[in-house]
Amino acid sequence: MIDPALLIASLMVASTPILLAAIGELVVERSGVLNLGVEGMMITGAICGIAAALWAETPWAGFLAAAVGGALLSLLFALLTQVLMSNQVATGLALTLFGLGLSALIGQSYSQIRAPSLQRIDLGALTDLPVVGRLLFGQDPMVYISLLIVAGTWAFLRFSRAGLILRAVGENHDAAHALGYNVRLVRTCAIAFGGACAGLGGAYLSLVRVPQWTDGMTAGAGWIALAIVVFASWRPWRLLLGAYLFGGVTVLQLNLQAGGFAIPVQYLSMSPYIVTILVLVVMNAGRAPGSLGRTFHASH
Amino acid sequence: MSDALLRLDGVTKAYPGVVANADVSMTIRPGEIHALLGENGAGKSTLVKAIYGLVTPDRGRMTLMGRPYAPHDPHAARAAGVAMVFQHFSLFDALTVAENVALGMEDPPPFRTLAARIREVSETYGLPLDPFRTVGDLSAGERQRVEIVRCLLQDPKLLIMDEPTSVLTPQEVAILFETLRKLSAEGTAILYISHKLEEIRALCESATILRLGRVVATCDPRETSARAMAEMMVGGSLHVPARDRAEPGAVVLRIEGLSAASPRAFGTSLKDVRLEVRRGEVLGIGGVAGNGQDELLAALSGEMTAPRGLIFFEDHDVGPMGPDARRALGLLAAPEERNGHAAAPGMSLTENAALTGRVREGLTRRGFLDWGRARGFAASVIETFDVRTPGTETAAGALSGGNLQKFVIGREILQRPEVLVVNQPTWGVDASAAAAIRQALLDIAERGAAVVAISQDLDELMEISDRFAALNEGRLSPPRPAAGLTVEEIGLMLGGAHDMDVAHV
Repeated sequence: MIDPALLIASLMVASTPILLAAIGELVVERSGVLNLGVEGMMITGAICGIAAALWAETPWAGFLAAAVGGALLSLLFALLTQVLMSNQVATGLALTLFGLGLSALIGQSYSQIRAPSLQRIDLGALTDLPVVGRLLFGQDPMVYISLLIVAGTWAFLRFSRAGLILRAVGENHDAAHALGYNVRLVRTCAIAFGGACAGLGGAYLSLVRVPQWTDGMTAGAGWIALAIVVFASWRPWRLLLGAYLFGGVTVLQLNLQAGGFAIPVQYLSMSPYIVTILVLVVMNAGRAPGSLGRTFHASH
Repeated sequence: MSDALLRLDGVTKAYPGVVANADVSMTIRPGEIHALLGENGAGKSTLVKAIYGLVTPDRGRMTLMGRPYAPHDPHAARAAGVAMVFQHFSLFDALTVAENVALGMEDPPPFRTLAARIREVSETYGLPLDPFRTVGDLSAGERQRVEIVRCLLQDPKLLIMDEPTSVLTPQEVAILFETLRKLSAEGTAILYISHKLEEIRALCESATILRLGRVVATCDPRETSARAMAEMMVGGSLHVPARDRAEPGAVVLRIEGLSAASPRAFGTSLKDVRLEVRRGEVLGIGGVAGNGQDELLAALSGEMTAPRGLIFFEDHDVGPMGPDARRALGLLAAPEERNGHAAAPGMSLTENAALTGRVREGLTRRGFLDWGRARGFAASVIETFDVRTPGTETAAGALSGGNLQKFVIGREILQRPEVLVVNQPTWGVDASAAAAIRQALLDIAERGAAVVAISQDLDELMEISDRFAALNEGRLSPPRPAAGLTVEEIGLMLGGAHDMDVAHV
């Protein structure tokens, strides 16, 4: 049968890529920018991560390179949408296509090679505790880092002055400009953070979850991350819930499939999407940032 | 003058194709309430933006308290003691009052201290505010208090106010003026921009008048008539709309107890609205924005249909009819918001003329548009209403506000309406264009049409209306004859001061 502790431990691993990408996109959208290129930035992170990890022979170099790679790609989006005023939706879609193609090009020589992976932490007696030991003290470090990023984002948006300015820019960019805030700079920083997070999420796939490189390995995870941001009403803790819920149902249905339950496979495969959407909709969707997706022109 | 707080010397700012400010010099003394007057496009906004650091002048010098002053952004202006309350509120709906205030300050204290200071300052100046409420839930008057308190917390030497009273009821205006006089007595200078000349006469001690970017006159508003100031702004004599008041004719439009939910989110529902309009009559409907004006217009124009038996045009039950059917009968409407609602900004004037004139002007032939006639119709609107445009094929959005407004009102008037419903007919339009639009409305009433004029500009309604009614939270007050109504009576009809009390001043 299915062991609940093991299930939860593996759902945390399954959810981390989406969680990382989604928390980055949450910050981007709170600043008023809609970046549909999450999928492209994730997969760029995945290939940068595995390439750097193999070269330096440590997964940490991979994660660093993935964050830098994702951020660089997102800065291309920032250049196009913030400086050249291109349409955010079209540019985001183009970024996804570009990222998929770029990663496939770089990835040609990396397919089927195993990358150096992260070890799970081992705190001796604590990790050996029944049930909670494996859950709380036996994950790999990136799981903890992703949770720290969620908590940090929450605190940043809620308590810091910079977070308040970021929310203000996303809520009403004209008013923020009139008060003397640099709308483009704030948004560019948010976009770069979003790119770095998406890159980390991609690297987690290629370095921990799978862990090797295959073409198109993100398989829509970026789109799920985008959807979770909306259904979580742009709030970090709800986003954590949504991501873990999605990951949990994914792991559960895989276990059920493996266990040979008499439920058609199609229903099992669609279940994570349906359950996540249902739960987050029932929790009552919130209001989008006021300037989300609108192009900002500084007028005279 | 050594006692000047702010001095401007030859400030000039040009944009491609237009000089917004040409060699503007003026002086503001400490504690003075100084009015800045001018038509739309006279350069008032550019000038105050230069003072607030949003615009850098091409030439000229500014001196604040004897020191050279050249703010390169609003942070620098605020640090120097200049604060500004914006015409279109610069507030963030989803944030709380305290967060909004913190965003407008250079170095905000921790939130608990800030909340206490907001309470303290707002009580001192008679503008009570709860720091923890979300701004999106506040009324227009309360939102403006947030802006003012945000400025006051920084002890400004100079407070700039851009059209602060356009969204307030008369009672709220009275409270605001008390606050401003108190500030002025404490030594804060106020630079006050408004189109409402009577308010300026009541409040301000001196005035600088701009026309086409230049200072054309300075005067003491307390000793100058509103008409004289208006003529200085326009640079010629001002036409005051007039007509012979005829006996009203038969009832042509009737609403019998219409209640309807607003089609928009956050809109105001109409509640048991009753009205009757006679031929030859102008019914003025006043009210603070967001009290059901847009919904009433939609219900009359046919954008929002109603069940049978509620809205009658002569003997026709027009409730279930859409706009085209109502237009065919002679019930026409010119909505507010010329860019987007009354006109499609990206389409040419010909196309915009065809959009509403199709039915009554016969601009279609066997289902196809007759562009020749549409162009002719657009040209006649342009000619009759003196719309300044290069031609009929210019995009509507390229016209200035006043010109486009003349076009959208003229387009309806030339279709010989039996009943014309207008919402905000002169919003953001300068004095001479506004006078022309009002005269046109009076002219069609004289020819026997009925006019329903919905507006937030009470002076305008008093000028053109035979009867006056007020919309308050979706309810329409019983109409009263406009002649002889006092400001206090109108204020009470509008719903008083919306829980604002003058008590703590």
